[in-house]
Amino acid sequence: MLTQHFPALLVVVPLMAAPLIVFARRSLASWLIALLATAVTFGIAASLLAQTLSDGTISYAMGSWEAPLGIEYRIDAAGAFVAVIVAAMGLIVMPYSRVGIATEVRSEEHYLYYALMMLCLAGLLGILVTGDAFNLFVFLEVSSLATYVLIAMGRDRRALVAAYQYLLMGTIGATLYVIGVGLLYLETGTLNLADMTTRLVEVGDSRGVLAALAFITVGISLKIALFPLHLWLPNAYAYAPSPVSAFLAATATKVSIYVLMRYFFTIFGSTEVFDARATGTILLGLSLAAMFVPAVVAIFQHDMKRLLAYSSVSQIGYITLGISLDSVEGLMASAMHLFNHALTKGGLFLVLGGVVLRCGGAGFDRLAGLGQTMPVAAFAMVVGGLSLIGVPGTAGFISKWYLVSAAMHEGQWWLVGAVLASSLLAVIYVWRFVEVAYFRAPPADHPAPGEAPLSMLLPALAMIAGCVYFGIDATWSSEVAMRVAEVLMYNPGVGQ
Amino acid sequence: MTLASHFSYWVTVLLLMVGLFIVMTRENLVKKLIGLGIFQTAVYLLYVAPGKLVGGVAPIIGGEFAVYSNPLPHVLILTAIVVGVATLALGLALVVRIKEAYGTIDEDEILLMDARDDTSPESEAKDG
Repeated sequence: MLTQHFPALLVVVPLMAAPLIVFARRSLASWLIALLATAVTFGIAASLLAQTLSDGTISYAMGSWEAPLGIEYRIDAAGAFVAVIVAAMGLIVMPYSRVGIATEVRSEEHYLYYALMMLCLAGLLGILVTGDAFNLFVFLEVSSLATYVLIAMGRDRRALVAAYQYLLMGTIGATLYVIGVGLLYLETGTLNLADMTTRLVEVGDSRGVLAALAFITVGISLKIALFPLHLWLPNAYAYAPSPVSAFLAATATKVSIYVLMRYFFTIFGSTEVFDARATGTILLGLSLAAMFVPAVVAIFQHDMKRLLAYSSVSQIGYITLGISLDSVEGLMASAMHLFNHALTKGGLFLVLGGVVLRCGGAGFDRLAGLGQTMPVAAFAMVVGGLSLIGVPGTAGFISKWYLVSAAMHEGQWWLVGAVLASSLLAVIYVWRFVEVAYFRAPPADHPAPGEAPLSMLLPALAMIAGCVYFGIDATWSSEVAMRVAEVLMYNPGVGQ
Repeated sequence: MTLASHFSYWVTVLLLMVGLFIVMTRENLVKKLIGLGIFQTAVYLLYVAPGKLVGGVAPIIGGEFAVYSNPLPHVLILTAIVVGVATLALGLALVVRIKEAYGTIDEDEILLMDARDDTSPESEAKDG
């Protein structure tokens, strides 16, 4: 049966599409292959999510070598949930890319763009599906290396420097992660994550395990862009081609957050991570700093792409805040915000890509008067902005609501004020856009550009509409997020 | 626990620190990559050294062999070396492109040029 091999195919399909695209070379042919591969990948991810929601964890022995000797692919509701987000984002970005990269990537490099997108997708999905600590590192580097090149493809020469800086920071992060895995291997003698979980209980409290926890936390936090390790992110998002910014903003940091959740709650266990030491307090402090400092920096930006990038760092703070609460409610809020923020920020970057195509840049001087020249795009940006703030009726409100109730459940009433105050900062930076787009005259040298082409506008509008839809009817997203939190927290997969 | 018994760990930590220090303090982009290379190489040692037992042989099943070295860390590090080579190659390729676009590989000068670009409204495209 083919369905049996879905966990492997989830990675293999995009991975094999990449060399095919390189052979095809022609822009149109490579686009068609990429489109087909992402559609198939999304189908597989969706079917895996349905399967894991009804039957629980799926284990797949790679090459029929049984775990723990062979590499095990292991996917449960949590991994499948993030995989669906990643694959869906890939499927939305692909039709968009055909026109979206036309002006931003040189035409002879188009096939490389598609090939790298496929590699990035394969790497990200691999991280989610693998049950092996070292295999996870390899997929982390597969996706990261593809990402560095994608960022460097941006037209502006600063894209090169941004990619170089991300390469340094990303490699340091991944290497710290490998050090952590090495220490865990020395303590437990296994690399299989499920096996490691049971053996860590036998090892008990040791300095090696503590050091491993520290190395893995800092390494993955670099990849998450958790404040103050976020310095690579704003330039990388600002100078990358627009579809790349959208794809990365919605997926790359989210996958790393999943890895952190996995290590904290499943592998080390929340007793080891939170009860025995001050991890929760430290993470809480960093999350609060992330909610405020980058949000203030975002207010003073003069470029919409940079503004959104700083807003991303700020929004990541909400997700880690939910993790730091160390409760099912907090984790559920984190999973919700992970989904909702991917939807919102992905949508915003996609809309902005169309604006960049027409106006020739995302600087506020180019965006002036956007409400008159590109009314649909400007309106979509405002709706997305409302979701960033967390206005009722948008997806952002739902996840902030769950976050606030999780904080109250823990008796941390003052966090309600913190979330509210940070949202007010979001009001200010979203207002900056509104002011530029609606209360300034269009630049004089700037003929009426008209809306972005439909192939770009439709995917962007679909995501913005998703923000509103999941803000009004959050039944599906909240139910799945609850399952994700339970799977991560109570870990029913181990020992089966 | 003497210095000699944990020699490989001391060397690992030393190399990690040296590598990270070079990445942080050098302004030359190539030298930064050299530091990154040292940093990554230190991890190879962390994995490989504990896998070796004194007097251990390769895991061959046979009467005359009793003590085996663990071959798995070596295989893992083979993969890590490949990843490290790819990262270094990509990093150097980026430095070549940066040199073409900016005419320098000194980080301070590049940041200065970027700051100047930010103040003037029209920034030049890298390939035109």
